Amino acid sequence: MRFDTPATTNPIDQLKIVGQPIHRIDGPLKTAGKAVYAYEWHDPNTPYAYGYIVGSAIAKGRIRSIDVTAAKNAPGVLAVVTTDGVGELKKGKYNTAKLFGGTEVQHYHQAIAVVAAETFEEARAAASLVKVHYAEEKGVFDLAAARDTAVKPDDGEPDSAAGDFNAAFETAPVKLDQTYTTPDQSHAMMEPHASIAAWSGDELTVWTSSQMIDWWRTDLATTLGIDKEKVHIMSPFIGGGFGVKLFLRADAVLAALAAREAKRPVKVALPRPFLMNNTTHRPATIQRIRIGAGRHGRITAIAHESWSGDLPGGGPEVAVQQTRLLYAGENRMTAMRLATLDLPEGNAMRAPGEAPGMMALEIAIDEMAERLGLDPVEFRTINDTQVDPEKPERPFSHRDLVGCLRTGAQRFGWKDRSKRPGSRRDGDWLVGMGVGSAFRNNLVVPSGARVRLDRGGVVTVETDMTDIGTGSYTIIAQTAAEMLGVPVDKVAVSLGDSRFPVSSGSGGQFGGNSSTAGVYAACVKLREAVAQKLGFNNADDVIFADGEVRSGDRRITLAEAAGDEGLVAEDRIEFGKLTETHQQSTFGAHFVEVGVDVATGETRLRRMLAVCAAGRILNPITARSQVIGAMTMGVGAALSEDLVVDKARGFFVNHDLAAYEVPVHADIPHQEVIFLDETDPMSSPMKAKGIAELGLCGVAAAVANAIYNATGVRVRDYPITLDKLINGLPELS
Amino acid sequence: MQSPGALEISRRDLLVASAATVTVAGAPSLAHSQTNTPEASTGTNVSFTVNGERLELELDNRTTLLDALREHLYLTGTKKGCDHGQCGACTVLVDGRRINACLTLAVMHEGGSITTIEGLGQPGNLHPMQAAFVEHDGFQCGYCTPGQICSSVAMLEEISANIPSHVTDDLMAPAEITAAEIRERMSGNICRCGAYSNIVEAITEVAGRKT
Repeated sequence: MRFDTPATTNPIDQLKIVGQPIHRIDGPLKTAGKAVYAYEWHDPNTPYAYGYIVGSAIAKGRIRSIDVTAAKNAPGVLAVVTTDGVGELKKGKYNTAKLFGGTEVQHYHQAIAVVAAETFEEARAAASLVKVHYAEEKGVFDLAAARDTAVKPDDGEPDSAAGDFNAAFETAPVKLDQTYTTPDQSHAMMEPHASIAAWSGDELTVWTSSQMIDWWRTDLATTLGIDKEKVHIMSPFIGGGFGVKLFLRADAVLAALAAREAKRPVKVALPRPFLMNNTTHRPATIQRIRIGAGRHGRITAIAHESWSGDLPGGGPEVAVQQTRLLYAGENRMTAMRLATLDLPEGNAMRAPGEAPGMMALEIAIDEMAERLGLDPVEFRTINDTQVDPEKPERPFSHRDLVGCLRTGAQRFGWKDRSKRPGSRRDGDWLVGMGVGSAFRNNLVVPSGARVRLDRGGVVTVETDMTDIGTGSYTIIAQTAAEMLGVPVDKVAVSLGDSRFPVSSGSGGQFGGNSSTAGVYAACVKLREAVAQKLGFNNADDVIFADGEVRSGDRRITLAEAAGDEGLVAEDRIEFGKLTETHQQSTFGAHFVEVGVDVATGETRLRRMLAVCAAGRILNPITARSQVIGAMTMGVGAALSEDLVVDKARGFFVNHDLAAYEVPVHADIPHQEVIFLDETDPMSSPMKAKGIAELGLCGVAAAVANAIYNATGVRVRDYPITLDKLINGLPELS
Repeated sequence: MQSPGALEISRRDLLVASAATVTVAGAPSLAHSQTNTPEASTGTNVSFTVNGERLELELDNRTTLLDALREHLYLTGTKKGCDHGQCGACTVLVDGRRINACLTLAVMHEGGSITTIEGLGQPGNLHPMQAAFVEHDGFQCGYCTPGQICSSVAMLEEISANIPSHVTDDLMAPAEITAAEIRERMSGNICRCGAYSNIVEAITEVAGRKT
């Protein structure tokens, strides 16, 4: 099905099941510990071996030699595979750093060997016996120091401009010119990367933890130099990803190579301390923002420049993306510059671009509002735009940022915010409120599905879509149930298997809308097949409801319609030019209240509210969970998350969950979420848009702005730890 | 290999899954490792009760309780998130107290009584805390969830036993079940998906039913 004209009325609009607060259909499995994750596939008759990774102890250089004698002679060892031993392997399309193979070391903890043994303990012990001789080279690890070496990237759209920024900024009566920094961040999902690989002749099956089944299948085949058709990927449950499981990772490659060598299925999980340096991270940024406005608050000039670093062949963190679209202003420019760094690979983490970009932009907007003497909600409202400000002939498909801001202000009690920073006190706490807009583009990605109807009237959906906690199982079941007129418990959903039609996968908040649109397309075909089989030729009067299909006076159960052979239909949604003619984005507003301890500078969240305008909400339970989870991640970004770089040796020092501090229960208050009731017919037949990343964008800045409102201390260098506040706090009497 | 088709989600399949029992397989590979190192015995016989079933295992002395459960007993509901006692995903109950199964060796638990998430309830017959997590959507990816649930069940018992926490103001008064107490006491269980707000609501509901 091609989607190239706006959606009109369709069966989804009934909203009998779609849009309803239906609990996760995989909930009982997950809460009972019965959902099977990558490392957990057991066949009692299969003698699995255990693989343990060896990572590089240097950040840059070459492997001179690897001595595996002691490791090979250690108890239980079945195979030792080394990076120099396997020689160069082809790199997957989506990987920047190579995952394994050859003698070049590109970053710390890059995989250089895997030891397979009878037991986990034996493999771990033997891995520690691998002796490596390196030829270490000097690397570049400090973004600030490398900033002047940064260049304009070859790919993408690093620069944009409209009007004459310099002239307009020069003459603007009110101006801001500030620089903000965001640190490297880690996805830190709860399930470490893990794979089980089993060969059967030249065919390979890998149980793994992947957000994008087809990307993994393709890149694993490329890396191993085998035919893609010989690779079967399984990933029905994924213990979180946030972007780090988008692209093939070392665990799958090591498991496959070790299994080939050991002639046994091998399971490999990356130990937690490997996650930060072996895989990808969100790159640090330095961002300069300049805003010029008239005295009444209308922006006349806005510029956003960002510097980030990556390995050779990598790309920039696209932190200026939102500034091209979020606020009006005739004269504007954005630019991204990329430095070469020898740190581990920088790549997508939840809301790449907008998450760190909004961390800077939304502080800048708060600062600018203060200079203008305007309420920050009002300043944002004044500068709303209904068209792409760089290309005014391109309207937004639907945009209600102002509705989010106004609804939120009213619900949060924004009017009670103290206009003078540092003036509200509650015992030992300095109390403040902050606001940030939320903005994230809506991406749409082709997505396929197969739908079966059996003689019991049960509908089975098969797609290689993944559920990384987002609720895919549930919203896909809701979509099929709505389309075919059956209750949710008559729908079975099978995901994450490369034998199923290729889906959008999970990433970039495109999965929910795109994959359900693919299921919609397949269900339309199945409806046609049912009608055709029954001789219901007047498509307009065919109704699917209550487990029946009806046409005129005739009504037949779906079970009967399916017959003994059953019916099956497959289709794929493909998206036309609506994303070019119309800008599709999602909008929101974050409101937070913080307390800052007047003596210690410790910040505590007191209240949080998000208001989101993101098209049709397919399931308010799972959508709300996406938003509160993102708000939580935003608190981490604001207050604690920081991969600390050892600038001499070139690695992230705090590479575990004790030292890389993500929010815990005690950090997070009750969270409120409001969804504006809307649809976006330009996005898909579902009229839905992304929500999972929107919830993160703007949160950290809202916290930063609340801290400023509480203390009068403006911090532009994330995370906002107490050492950055304490010198600005009032003297204690 | 387990049939992938078994993962189709439906009421029927949940019942099928709940009927599946865990195969107790001991440590099939230990004999092999011992032949490689005849000079050093690295294994010990240990017996303990898991979810009411008495088991005898011969385990490598280095095997954590977590790996004994996951790799030897195939009770994979208990998760390995960090293997360092930093995330809480491996929380189980040992003799009624919650511990991180990754921070304790299996052979230390001779005669012990261990309850894992599988022992609390099954799909179709969920423990009230499991049901409350479903009801309040107290999880997303599900990987920290068994640990959160085991931890919360034991945590409420700790409050009932009047064990104070860092945020307990009055040590002379009975400990109370408040949101602040729950958050403090659950902070050893990280949820990166960020379901905390919902988890606290789930626990509060169960606590309210209990009191």
